[in-house]
This record gives sequence, C-alpha cells and structure tokens, in this order.
Amino acid sequence: MKRRDFIYMAGAGAGMLASPIPIIGRSINSQELLNPGLAVAQKKELANVALNIARGMGATYADARIGRYLNQYVFTRENKVQNTVNTESFGIGIRVICNGTWGFSSTNDVSPDGIKKATELAIAIAKANSKIQTEEVVLAPTKGHGDVSWKTPIVKNAMEVPVSEKVDMLLEANNKAMQNGADYISNILFSVNEQKYFASTEGSYIDQDVHRIWPAMTITAVDKSTGKFKSRQGLGAPMGLGYEYLMPDNSEIVQGAAGVTLYRNRYDLISDAVAGAQQAKEMLSAPSIEPGKYDLVLEPNHLGLTIHESVGHPLELDRVLGYEANYAGTSFATLDKWETGNFNYGNELVNLVADKTQVGSLGAVGYDDEGVKCKKWDLVRNGILVNYQAIRDQVHMIDQNESHGCCYSQSWNDVQFQRMPNVSLEPGTEPYSIDDMIKDVEKGIYIVGRGSYSIDQQRYNFQFGGTLMYEIENGEIKSMINDAAYQSNTQEFWNSCAKICDEKDYRMFGSFFDGKGQPSQVSAVSHGCSTTRFNGINVINTGRNI
Amino acid sequence: MAIYNKEDAKAIMSKALEYSKADNCEINLSGDNSGNIRYARNTVSTAGARSNQQLVVQANFGKKVGTATIEEFDDKSLEKVVRRAEELAQLSPESEEFMPPLGPQEYDKSKMYHESTASISPDYRAAVAAASIEPAKAKDVTAAGFFEDYSDFSSMMNSNGLFAYERSTGLDFTVTMRSNDGSGSGWVTRDYNDVGRFDAEMASQIAIDKALMSREAKAIEPGKYTVILEPAASVGLLNNMFYSFNARSADEGRSFMSKEGGGNKIGEKIVDERITIYSDPLNDLAPASTWTGDGQPRKKTVWLENGVVKNLAYGRYWADQKGVAPLPFPANGIMAGGDASLEDLIKDTKKGILVTRMWYIRTVDPQTLLYTGLTRDGTFYIENGKLKHPIKNFRFNESPIIMLNNLETLGQQVRINGNLIPYMKIRDFTFTSLSDAV
Repeated sequence: MKRRDFIYMAGAGAGMLASPIPIIGRSINSQELLNPGLAVAQKKELANVALNIARGMGATYADARIGRYLNQYVFTRENKVQNTVNTESFGIGIRVICNGTWGFSSTNDVSPDGIKKATELAIAIAKANSKIQTEEVVLAPTKGHGDVSWKTPIVKNAMEVPVSEKVDMLLEANNKAMQNGADYISNILFSVNEQKYFASTEGSYIDQDVHRIWPAMTITAVDKSTGKFKSRQGLGAPMGLGYEYLMPDNSEIVQGAAGVTLYRNRYDLISDAVAGAQQAKEMLSAPSIEPGKYDLVLEPNHLGLTIHESVGHPLELDRVLGYEANYAGTSFATLDKWETGNFNYGNELVNLVADKTQVGSLGAVGYDDEGVKCKKWDLVRNGILVNYQAIRDQVHMIDQNESHGCCYSQSWNDVQFQRMPNVSLEPGTEPYSIDDMIKDVEKGIYIVGRGSYSIDQQRYNFQFGGTLMYEIENGEIKSMINDAAYQSNTQEFWNSCAKICDEKDYRMFGSFFDGKGQPSQVSAVSHGCSTTRFNGINVINTGRNI
Repeated sequence: MAIYNKEDAKAIMSKALEYSKADNCEINLSGDNSGNIRYARNTVSTAGARSNQQLVVQANFGKKVGTATIEEFDDKSLEKVVRRAEELAQLSPESEEFMPPLGPQEYDKSKMYHESTASISPDYRAAVAAASIEPAKAKDVTAAGFFEDYSDFSSMMNSNGLFAYERSTGLDFTVTMRSNDGSGSGWVTRDYNDVGRFDAEMASQIAIDKALMSREAKAIEPGKYTVILEPAASVGLLNNMFYSFNARSADEGRSFMSKEGGGNKIGEKIVDERITIYSDPLNDLAPASTWTGDGQPRKKTVWLENGVVKNLAYGRYWADQKGVAPLPFPANGIMAGGDASLEDLIKDTKKGILVTRMWYIRTVDPQTLLYTGLTRDGTFYIENGKLKHPIKNFRFNESPIIMLNNLETLGQQVRINGNLIPYMKIRDFTFTSLSDAV
C-alpha cells in the first residue's frame, strides 16, 4: 500500500529496509521544536468553530483534535552522522456522528474557513455512509471535563538537548562498539513530543503534552572468511520519559544471568554498546541449539513482546468483535469464553493488567483521544480472563457503560480508534531473584531482548526468537547458543508459567511503532514484567544451509 | 488545492530557486487527495478523506546539507523556507555521503494517472462497501473490508537544471469474508491505477466462495508439502527477498547477497533457472514511477535472469565508491510466469496444498533469508487434481531462496500490490506447526 504522507527513512543499514520508519510531518529546524505553538485559548476558539458547524449541520456528537506532533530522529552509523530529521505536523481532525454514523475529515488549513470545509466533508461522509449503516453508533457516557491539561512527568525535555550533544553520545557509543569487535553499528535516537488539544460537544477542552524517547541500536559482527554475520540489538527500551532516560544511574542497573547487564528506568548506551559488540562477536562461534522441549527463563525486555502479541492484541475488544477482521485479524479470546467467568487464560500465577497511567510508560496520558480520563484495570486475574480493552462506541457490547480510556490516533490526520494500553504481567509475590528462576532448571534457555516474532490472526500460534540466548543445564548457564526459536499456543504458554521474579526485577519493554488499522496507524506502548519461567516449551532450530 | 499541474508546479519551484544562495538547491513539490471507507460486521465503521501538499527544499554548502519544508507557497513563504534550509545547512555537520544534485535528465512518461480514479466520490466508496456487504448477508457470511483511493502529483527541480513532474492515481481494496459460524474465512485483494478495471462485486464473491469452502477445516500433520501459492501468498516472501538486492549491505558482508570471502553474488545462480524477475515502470498492468525522489530515471532493469543475479541496487554514494553506475531500487517487480491457470495447476497436482495468502511474515535469520509466518483465509488440501477439503492453517519456516529452488511450475501472472507475480507450484515447502486460527 502506498503511504504518501510518510517519508520513509531507509538509510540506516540493511536491517532498516525491512521495516521503514514512518516519519510524519514537515521538516523544521531544532529551534522550532521549542516553539510553544498556538495558545490554548486560540485552540479552543478554533475547535469551537468545528463543533458549532457540526452541531448546526445536524451532528449529534462531534470532536475536534488540534495536534502539533514534533519528532526528532538522529541517525548515525559507525563514525558518521547519516541524517538528522526534525519534523512538525500541525492540523485538525474532526469526527462527527450524523444519522447515527461516523464521519471524519482532517486538514492542515487550521483557519476558520479550512475548518469549516473539513467539518462539512466529515458530515457529507457520515451522511453518505449512513445509507448502508446497520448498527447505529452508541457512545458510552463520559463527563465533560471542562478546561484541563496533562503533561508527561519528564525531568529533561529531549527537544531542549542540542543535536550536537546527542550526536556526540551516539558516536562515542559507536566508537566503543567498533573498538570492542563490532564491524558495523547503527545507532538512532528517536524523540517525540505530541502536543494535543481535544474538544468535544460534551464540554471537554483537554490540552496535553506527551513525551517519548527511544535509543535504537543494532550492532553487527561479520566473519568474512565464513560469510557469517550476527546482530545484537541494544538492550534499552523505548520509554515515556525525557532525556533523563539516557543519563546512566547505577541504581537502575539490573544484573542478569550469564553476565548480561540490564536496565530499568535509566539506560547506559555506551556500556551497552561495549557489551553488545563483545556479545555479537561471541555469537559468530556460538553452537546451534538442539531442538526439543526446554524450560524458558524469559527476561522482561524479551517477555514484553510476547505479552504484547499474545495478551495485548487478543484482548482488544474491536478485534474480538470483528472490526479488525480484514487486517490484523480477530481473536481466540471470544466473548463466550469471557462470559463463562472461568476461562483459564493462564494458571493462577498469571495476573495481567491494563494501565494507561503507569509513570515512564509509552502509553501513559491523562485523557485518551476521545476525552476519557485514563485508568488501570484487570484483564486476567489469577489466570482467569476478566475483561477487555474497549472505547466509547464499543464498550456497551460487553454490557459495560464506561469506556476504558484507550482511544488513540497517531496524528490529527487520522481517525482515532481503539489502541492497546500498556499491558503488563504483575510481578510474583514470592521473593524470587533471576538466579531462583535458573537454579532448578535441568534443561532450559535464558532469553534476553527481542528477536524474531510472528503470531496468527487469532493469536493462538506464535513463534519468538531473542537477542541473546544461553543454554541452561542442571541449574547453571552453560553457554551462549544460536538458532533457537520457541513455538507455542497462547493459552498453553500462559498455563505453563512456573515462577515469576518479584518486583525488584520489574522492568518495561516497549514497542514504538505498533501497527494496526486501515489506513495503518502506529502507536507506542509499554509492557512491564519481571523475569519469568515457563516450563516445557517447544524449541525449534532455525539454522539452514543454503 | 493539493494537486498542481505541470506549469503551476514549475512556476512555484522556479520562484523558490530564485531565492537560493546555496551551492546547490533542490526542491520537491508534491500533493495528494485521498479517501477511504472501512467496513466490518456487515456495516460501515469508519471513513475519511485527507488532503496534503508539501514543498521540500534541500540546500547544501559543500557537504553541509539542510532540509526544510513548508505547506504554503506564496512568495514570502517560499523565501522563508529556502532561507531556513540554508540556515540548517550552515549549522549541520558535514555529511560524508552527500552527493550533489543531478543535472537535467530524460524521463519516460508515466502511465499511472487515470482521471476516472481521480474523481471517485464518497458515494462511490459507499457503493463498494455495499457490493461486499449485500452478497455476504445473502450467504450467511460477514464482510470486513477496506477501500482507499488517491490522486497525487510529484515534481522536482534543482539548481543544476533538473525538472521532473508526474501524476498518479490508484486504489487498494481488500475484503475478508467470515462464515457466521466462525469456521470459514476467505479474502481477496485488488489494486489498480485505473478504477475502470475494478469490480468490487466480483472480487467480493471470490472471498465469499473461499469463506464457504474453508468451513470445518481438517488438521493434517505439519511437514514438507508440495504447495500451489497464489500470488498473494508468495508476494510477501518475494518482497522480503528483494530487500537483500542491495549492493552495499552485500559488499559489507551482512546480507544473503554477501559472498563467502568478500564481495557480492552478482553473476551467481541462486535459484531455479526458470526464475526471471525484472522491474519496468512502463508495464501496462503494473506501471510505476519513472523517476526516484532524488531525480534518477527509473528504467526497465533485470534483477534475476534464468536464476542468476544480474543486478543489485547501488545508491549514488556507494556506486561512486565502487566506480559503477548508480542503480536505484525498483518501484515494481515483475516475475516472468507461464501459461497455466490456477485450475491447470490444481489439475496437475497429485497431492498438495493450495495457499491463498501468508500472514505475519518476519525474518528469522537474515543470513539464510529464513522467514516465518502463517497461512490464512483459505488453505486447501489437493488430491488427484482436485481440492479435496479445507485444512487448518500452518506456520511455515522457509526461505524464498529454497522456495525458488524447489520450483515445479510457473503459472499465469496476477497484479498484486503494484507487482506482477505468477501462480507457483513449489515442492517441499516447510510447514513447522499447526494453528487453530480461522
């Protein structure tokens, strides 16, 4: 599908080509990132233009989102800066309900005249579609919040840090990696600031300032004599934090097994570059895994992705109901299973929570993109499926009358819809450490960081690889291994959960560009957990000779 | 106004260039109008319209480069955006890999624009949804689909005398049909530049038929099977394979295209000798843009010929380093096919599996181009030349290189995602586990 509104950046090494990075907006200079944009009073005035026109044309509901989306991406490889991109995207998206049907239109002409035209188009679309509408839109009630605001609780705004300082840090990490055995390194820093204003005909005027950051590093070691190459991803995570995330703090370091250093709410990019280069080199000669059943000890920066795919997505109510059937798919976690009140999503150790308020997470905001105040709620309690993720126009279908507050749009230019909140596995209540996970394993694998991932359209069958993998034998780490991927079924997997580390090991994994919807939109979401063991999982060998 | 004609685009960019004081200046001006409709549960869910226009200025002083963008095109705004690009260039570190703008180029005339597509209305989109929903309801099936159309223009001009202008239109359509008992699912995709070629009702009927045929699928053991891959099933693996047709990553030793001991695989036979893949912007059925965003002309190029790697893409910097002519990545892929229809391929198969599409394809090992993913929306067991029964979906772990070495028969070509890909019969395709997903 052609994405005309994205500039694809594909210059950051071969790996990037397979997953182009969508950059939305126009390029600006760094100083403009600090420009405050329109005053709140002006935004309110402009939003009211849309709301008043919509009401006048027969809309029973309307909302307007005036958004200023700022991105700064710094791309480096080895000893050079490839590119620095600053973008700003500014415009308004107007959503209406007319004749019981949604209509949406957006424009970057944020003048009263531009807003009028966009509102009229949204109404025209709603009216055209109402002719074939058979399920009238029903909105769960939400109170008008009046004039309110919310800001990500950051310590240091990444947009205020000079590009030169960021470049120096990235190039130092690259230099250290090259000195320690890397042949290539790609190091990218993404900084995002969403300045979002939401207004609705129900009396909400919400101003929010949202910040996110992601240092994305890939280190490659090559053995030209054998033609082999191996890559190791950085072990930092995308976070809902400011530049403070990149200021190392020893109290935020977690010592993993096999000598692996892991990070909680602060990341040491340079130390990780050194370790990553050494580990990439070690991978070139690590043995290949014997396929079979293994006990898996999964580190949070790895398990977070498994939670994302096998819990986060299947419990999106729009998927369950069939709204995503044509793209991402539906879900095995159907309403009839939930209605029994005893569907064992996992065993009694497994507690999974949705949370749009978790400090430092990518999904944290004060209010969602349809003006609902955010909260935390249970999805799976003591192993039993207890709830889904739902927004205003769908929550009545599970006999609830309050939206869960997880509606999101990637920009003013796209319509908002249900997106995954942060979904996390609660830490264990017993005082277990990482060593406690490993010491009673006869035959197992310790997996760190994200690797290959794939899951079916109803979220039953999945296959995951990892960044670093170590074989465990008789309670001890034996050696680094290659070519392992585990295949399982969601319900079987979560019912094989054997032991969970306590809260001292709890950390967040993040997905910066999670895709969903048509036209496809990205969103950012975190998944927290502690190191967890799953017993008797099928592991395949992915090595091939060509 | 998001769409400018050639003369207006030229006038705006010429004006901007007049303000330039940099060593070189390059302008890209583009705009688009698009509309979409989405439906599910046999009713419309969301729909929208979007309009964008943008002018991008790239200025350079030596190897110091700055880029700035603007959405308004009056004289004052044009001067502002050029000044801003120049200021940014002066503040930027030197970009070692910067290549100065090209001089005048000759471009072929693009075949991508059709007035009929540019004039699609919200009512037409609603009619597309209805053409899926009504027949679905009549067969106890539920439709979920998406239709999107666009009309756009792209143009560029630089201080070395280059000028390019192109318009295009297009549409993308997909629909999933699920039987109301939840046991069957079918899918279809269509994409065209000319809406006159599109028949929503006929396409939707294929998905309905597959949904009904795929009900109550039986489980068979995972393993190696002869498969007939519809183009929608193979295009994902082929696209992924194509990402490795990059000279730089090959020369750097970190690609499937890297050669043991150094260098790349140009000239090596890597797949069956019946495999030929080329790109051609002027193909009538799947036309593509005739120039790249940095002004390089796109011409017909052979990438794989009789199983041998003929070309890898060279960016301008890497081509300069290696002393060869630059060769941009293609904008379409055309794989030579044969005469056999899908029915012919099925008829000639003793035992095998028909795959409608593959889903959630991800890299497992870039070294061997091993990918994993799953079959979806219509997987059938073939016995003695006939579709015997639907089967449960499989997870595969397979490399397109192994797949194209195990070629049995090439069938007719079909347009898919802007490419032309043939039906293919492949032996020993590796399925590694079963999925309960419908």
